[in-house]
Amino acid sequence: MRYLPKSPADRAQMMREIGIKSIDELFAPIPAEYRLGRDLKVPRQMAESEIIDFFRECADGNAAGYAVFLGAGAYHHYRPVVIDSLISRGEFLTAYTPYQAEISQGTLQAIFEFQTMICELTGMEVANASMYDGSTGAAEAVMMAARLTGRKAAVVARSVHPEYREVMHTYSQHLGLPITETGFLENGRVDMADLEKKVTNDTACVLVQSPNFFGVIEDIAAVADLVHKKGALLVVSIAEALSLGIVKPPVEADILSMETQSFGVPLGFGGPYAGVLATKEKFVRQMPGRLVGETKDQNGKRGFVLTLSTREQHIRREKATSNICTNQALIATMATIYMTVYGREGLKELAQQNLAKAAYAAAAFSKSPKTGKLLFQGAPRFHEFVVETGEDPEQINRRLLEKKIVGGLPLKKFYPELGNATLWCCTELNTKQQIDAAVQAVGQ
Amino acid sequence: MSDKYIKKATRHVNQNEELIFERSSPGKKGYRLAPLDVPEVDYKKLLGQSAREDLGNMPEVSEMEIIRHFTRLSTWNYAIDLGMYPLGSCTMKYNARVNEVVARLQGLAEAHPYQPESISPGALRVMKTLSDCLLDITGMDAITLQPAAGAHGEMTGILLMRAYLQSKGNPRKKILIPDSAHGTNPATAAICGYSVENLKSNEQGMVDISALAAQMNEDIAGLMLTNPNTLGIFEQEIHKIADILHGKGGLLYMDGANMNALVGKTRPGDFGVDVMHLNLHKTFSTPHGGGGPGSGPVACKKILEPFLPLPVIVEKKDGTLGFDYDRPQSVGRVRMFYGNFGMHVRALAYIMANGPDGLRQTTEDAVLNANYIRKNLESVYDLPYKSASMHEVIFSDRIQAREGVKTGDIAKRLIDYGFHPYTTSFPLVVAGALMIEPTESESLEELQLFVDAMKSIAREVQEDPNLVKTAPHSTRISRLDETGAARKPVLRWKPAQAHTAGE
Repeated sequence: MRYLPKSPADRAQMMREIGIKSIDELFAPIPAEYRLGRDLKVPRQMAESEIIDFFRECADGNAAGYAVFLGAGAYHHYRPVVIDSLISRGEFLTAYTPYQAEISQGTLQAIFEFQTMICELTGMEVANASMYDGSTGAAEAVMMAARLTGRKAAVVARSVHPEYREVMHTYSQHLGLPITETGFLENGRVDMADLEKKVTNDTACVLVQSPNFFGVIEDIAAVADLVHKKGALLVVSIAEALSLGIVKPPVEADILSMETQSFGVPLGFGGPYAGVLATKEKFVRQMPGRLVGETKDQNGKRGFVLTLSTREQHIRREKATSNICTNQALIATMATIYMTVYGREGLKELAQQNLAKAAYAAAAFSKSPKTGKLLFQGAPRFHEFVVETGEDPEQINRRLLEKKIVGGLPLKKFYPELGNATLWCCTELNTKQQIDAAVQAVGQ
Repeated sequence: MSDKYIKKATRHVNQNEELIFERSSPGKKGYRLAPLDVPEVDYKKLLGQSAREDLGNMPEVSEMEIIRHFTRLSTWNYAIDLGMYPLGSCTMKYNARVNEVVARLQGLAEAHPYQPESISPGALRVMKTLSDCLLDITGMDAITLQPAAGAHGEMTGILLMRAYLQSKGNPRKKILIPDSAHGTNPATAAICGYSVENLKSNEQGMVDISALAAQMNEDIAGLMLTNPNTLGIFEQEIHKIADILHGKGGLLYMDGANMNALVGKTRPGDFGVDVMHLNLHKTFSTPHGGGGPGSGPVACKKILEPFLPLPVIVEKKDGTLGFDYDRPQSVGRVRMFYGNFGMHVRALAYIMANGPDGLRQTTEDAVLNANYIRKNLESVYDLPYKSASMHEVIFSDRIQAREGVKTGDIAKRLIDYGFHPYTTSFPLVVAGALMIEPTESESLEELQLFVDAMKSIAREVQEDPNLVKTAPHSTRISRLDETGAARKPVLRWKPAQAHTAGE
């Protein structure tokens, strides 16, 4: 086996030194009746070339080369090549969690830079080292709000990503943390009158997403005002981090949960991605997840360490803020490199391009009743929009597939009341030609 | 200080590098966008009050500086690629490069999670093939690949147990957890609405069967057990443990963190385990990446299958693969989409590179390496439990503590010898633990260097304990003020701070 660095003679020598005749003596603690007496039923040992052939066949079967108009929590953006070049360095790729600070300064400083950039982008005071993803991060943010307020219920907008809401339900179901949903208006924004009714003295927090699942940017200041008046906290979820290039950050929020996939992380059929939580300094001791802090060594030299670990499971066990241990460090490093490449000007320029593409596409769909009607008008959007058609969107999408186009996401599955509505997304990677072809095919 | 006994490493110059924000200046760029092919829009007009003014202190640097910045940072890290990384319970094994290549093939890396199943057969095939392999490896009946890491898998597994018991009429109140368990176990039980009851181990470092029999009752949902446990000891009476739990209607959860000791030699499903998670980033070689991503598939027996998170992969009547969302008894989603798919690709590539013979040899070598270290160090370091070691060995600092040297000091001195430290102060049942897991990836030469280093440090403890207590001496920074970091947390860079930090 090519990964194993031992010759038969090495093994024989080691067994002699240990004082055993057969390797099976080391497995004697396993009762004989439970020892496996056969080969595992897994593919036979393969050459590297065969492995590449197998996966290439899988990759080719997974049709590539389509024009994709799907968003809905996973966004196709261009990935600068320096990202993979840098994170492929074994020192980043094959290092463990940086508990031994003296020989982990690379990872620690990169994460400190990540935390700083997330704060700069979101307007929050502190950010953690990452969470699994945006869905679990939002659930953890709600649980954090319950700890902070001592209240035992939450209100979640129905315009939050449906799968985020499903995950939240799974997390909260045994914690005595009932979740009420609040609806949306015709312009796609949170229904403030309904929200006002739903928030009670038991409400720990209200969770909204912005841009929300329909691509609509919420009036965060107004929501925050209402929520804070009732003594609850506001949790804001951001699924499209790139929106922050041109959209005002939700500084009125108490806790922010963001998915960073848009920042240089491959779509990869849904993962791995990286979430992150950010909040105000006064709330940091109830925040889950690892944190990197700046400190000094014995000679006064600046260095970085994992800190405030008394919040975490390896110290606090069942009293910890969360059971999270492994996070998404390498993905956070990808995001850090991406944010560095585009930086202060590039993120803005790129976000403007996304806005322009979606504005062009939405206008193109609205030109003729045959291509559908634009829903949720009257509030600002980023790069997603909802189109209602007369024809069943599944049927439309089958027609588009033949033209090598993956159409938008039919919303009926998540929102039966929206009927033949489809969520479209345009990024900098969707060309005008693709958009025109898609609009034409929908109208056929 | 003399480096005379340090054979593995030599000091060399490495580059200093400030924070990226301290390299930034207006007008530098690391990107160029393609020209916009649709009409430009005025974002401030479109967004109105929601429009942002500027991006504050986000960096402005050139591509050259980005490469140097992150390359310099990387050289400050220790990594498996540089040498042995004997962290107990972490299974720091070689991360094969072919895994990275196949995970980046366009059709897999660029697949959108919501793209139609009709154009996703390749991704589904990867997930199904990996699932089938893991089922045979664990001896289980059903599996979900959705959990994002080990602790996330634990949560999923305990939710399955709870849903099953609920379907029988009573979810029960408590989970039993041995005192040697990972901290994630009790934290997980708490999230799933259970209180934790501690289970003591016996003098051999194993579950005390009579204590378990006495403690088990109809209030207890089950036991979370790591096997081999965190002392590296196989629970020899595992089936009795399962029988006691099952006899009172409870279930046996296995934390699969130490599966590297078992693959191809024995199967948890055969010795009575009802549900378990695997850490693909441990046993199946997906890279740790400085702390993640991980992946924590959960495998279970038939009785728990109806409760698995949705969706599950199914083979349809026409032979094609697809996702089944019609799972009325499911515990729900634990994560959006289908899990850390990129890690599924890598783990499958690892299994294919090994085959059944390679996986078995891997397990044998991992256990051989741990026992080689035990044999060579048991004369210099205290071995608190004499039971046979599987893939890791746990010493204590009892002998060295007489000179005032603790496990943490020995660990820091190992850094000077060119090694990453072992796991310190865990498991909690051993005072001053040195938890060493070499994995199969170490050659005899590397193991000998490690043994020599550990012996040399033991000598130093006798001759010059202060040398060990103040280690490391050769790193770019010395021991950091962790107390200060926690007392007055500085968790982000701020412009005003740039001055003092640069002094």
